[in-house]
Amino acid sequence: MEPDRLPQYELPDEPLVIIEARKSWSALAIRDFWVYRELLYFLTLRDIQIRYKQTLLGVLWVLLQPLLTTVVFTIFLGLLIRVPSEGTPYVLFVYVGLLPWTFFSAAVISSSSSVVNNAHLITKVYFPRSLIPVSAVVGRLLDLAIAFFVLICLMVYYHVGLTWTILLLPVLVALLTLLAMALGIATSAMNVKYRDVGVLIPVLLQLLMYASPVVYPTSLVPDRWQRVYQLNPLVGLIGNFRAAALGGSIDWSALAWSVGMIAVLLVYASFLFRRMETHFADIV
Amino acid sequence: MNRSIIKVEHLSKQYRLGATHNTHQTLREGLAGAVKAAFSRQHKGDDDKNNTIWALKDVSFEVSRGEVIGIIGRNGAGKSTLLKILSRITDPSTGRIELYGRVGSLLEVGTGFHPELTGRENIFLNGVIMGMKRKELARKFDEIVSFAEIDRFIDTPVKRYSSGMYVRLAFAVAAHLEPEILIVDEVLAVGDELFQKKCLGKMATIANEGRTVLFVSHNMPAVINLCPRVILLERGGVVQDGKAADVVGHYLHTGGAKLAHREWPDISIAPGDDVVRLRSISVIDEDERVCQSIDIRNRVGIRFEYDVLESGQRLVPTFNIAMESGALVFWAGDRDPNWENRPRGKGRYTTTAWIPGNFLNAGTMIVSATISRVRPTHEHLYEQGVLSFEVIDRMGADTARGNFPGHFAGAVRPLLPWETQFAPKDHGNVEMGSPS
Repeated sequence: MEPDRLPQYELPDEPLVIIEARKSWSALAIRDFWVYRELLYFLTLRDIQIRYKQTLLGVLWVLLQPLLTTVVFTIFLGLLIRVPSEGTPYVLFVYVGLLPWTFFSAAVISSSSSVVNNAHLITKVYFPRSLIPVSAVVGRLLDLAIAFFVLICLMVYYHVGLTWTILLLPVLVALLTLLAMALGIATSAMNVKYRDVGVLIPVLLQLLMYASPVVYPTSLVPDRWQRVYQLNPLVGLIGNFRAAALGGSIDWSALAWSVGMIAVLLVYASFLFRRMETHFADIV
Repeated sequence: MNRSIIKVEHLSKQYRLGATHNTHQTLREGLAGAVKAAFSRQHKGDDDKNNTIWALKDVSFEVSRGEVIGIIGRNGAGKSTLLKILSRITDPSTGRIELYGRVGSLLEVGTGFHPELTGRENIFLNGVIMGMKRKELARKFDEIVSFAEIDRFIDTPVKRYSSGMYVRLAFAVAAHLEPEILIVDEVLAVGDELFQKKCLGKMATIANEGRTVLFVSHNMPAVINLCPRVILLERGGVVQDGKAADVVGHYLHTGGAKLAHREWPDISIAPGDDVVRLRSISVIDEDERVCQSIDIRNRVGIRFEYDVLESGQRLVPTFNIAMESGALVFWAGDRDPNWENRPRGKGRYTTTAWIPGNFLNAGTMIVSATISRVRPTHEHLYEQGVLSFEVIDRMGADTARGNFPGHFAGAVRPLLPWETQFAPKDHGNVEMGSPS
């Protein structure tokens, strides 16, 4: 122990912390993420460690899950129904779509249940609650990175040349992460009060997958529906992800729409979370 | 020099009734409520008045640097709410607190421990959750490990630890917190006596180091030993704030600590009616002594003493036990074969129900009692929350806990007889492998 250290502690003139009833509408403080970066790191690390420790195959699942889905879709959609794949082999086509999708949906699912799953922390210790859904999303980035290696192997195998568009991939991953965070932050808060949300999310995600260009190209959607279709921010992200990886043409307007949507959703989610988090410890 | 490190000003916390625990709604209820509210035109304020309670009301006090303060009061007095607000787990409804130092709160040992992670991994996770820096933890790592006496198992998942090791490790991390203000809840209520002594010793060391400590406990001797100043809370307000001996004395004399026993010497105001009146009710231990805390392994009795004033009624003393969260554990009515369904004559009755050991879960249990008539049913008295007692978890391997160290959920914790039938696999293989 260092008994000599504390008595010299000088009281600051201004209080370090003021606790009072919070005004309902205030946005998440970005600064918190910096101040609590070590906690964010350890929460993320914990999520990853536990996920890999509890399953028999561990990391292998990260590869198997998109691969098996790819096989299923290749057989049913690629070989039997013959969904057009814009000239690329369907296996590669669908894997490039499933890669960002799997990351996105896994991130949203684990994020949406994260606050409820961490009830024991919330009722016992203080830290910015938003770290919980955010760390759940960040933890999935490692899975994405691992699955990315398989994509590289597939691209080499199918002799896909690299183009400058590949530089867009990190940007698209960042946008996808932000979108998953927005949805995760909002749904994790709602899930505390309404447990229905936890049941609803997987169902909605299933629908969302078919409303996004994951297993089929954007061009398959009839022109008169394109307008509505493009409202889905994932259209601009996943469609462009595929185009960026395989050297297709980037749809800049769809991308711009996605960015706008993400910004709006993030602001909304952060206000919603901020408003609801004051009651987490009381009702979770 | 004597400036305050904590200033609490007019602090209040309002809870929606029933919203304190486990009341996450379903969407349907939420929607139904919204629709109802829209049509009933009831002003929201009116609604709040009827359905809310003040867990804390207008609490103000100041704490100087280096003070060690005990906070006492019976269950539901607002101690936990105060600690939760001070540790920023929940927000106050009105009022304000100013903190002039870092706060470390120890509302539980081992917060965030994960059974799958190793001791090493948990030290860092738990430490960072409680507000320590990674560098600080790395520096104190060896000290923490040797304090916990688990050197050899540091890279073993904590799910393989015995409960003793688990608690030691958890406490070791907590003991190395170095905030200027330390908030400690009833964490000393778990673990064996040796461990409790170690905790108290550590608390004394921390206090001597000049840190400010807020200590909440039901353990009055510990409070008097550790805390020169004590604050007594009752019904959400500060009743007394002063020298430990005075405040604790007042608390004990006003019956605060005697919730395991209630009696009504004046029959005219005793609960009941012209047929039956409850005269006393108590929680008793195996030796039939009134007892506030019961070892989880021992049986506990609920004893009614009542006067029957009108003969000929079939009376059934009944009680229920609920957890602090309000969740009902069970109801039980008198099934004494000698008295069941038998009209009772005038006089004094003493009836005891025995709850077996290794049955209730650990924690605060709240007893409500009724005496009713059957056929036709009529409730002569109903005393809600008339008694409370603590079931103490000794973390022993001879309880239902076995060697499981973590949070033991559930309304009850029965020690069940377990049976296993085993057919060795080798035997089966031989048969399958044999050609006949």
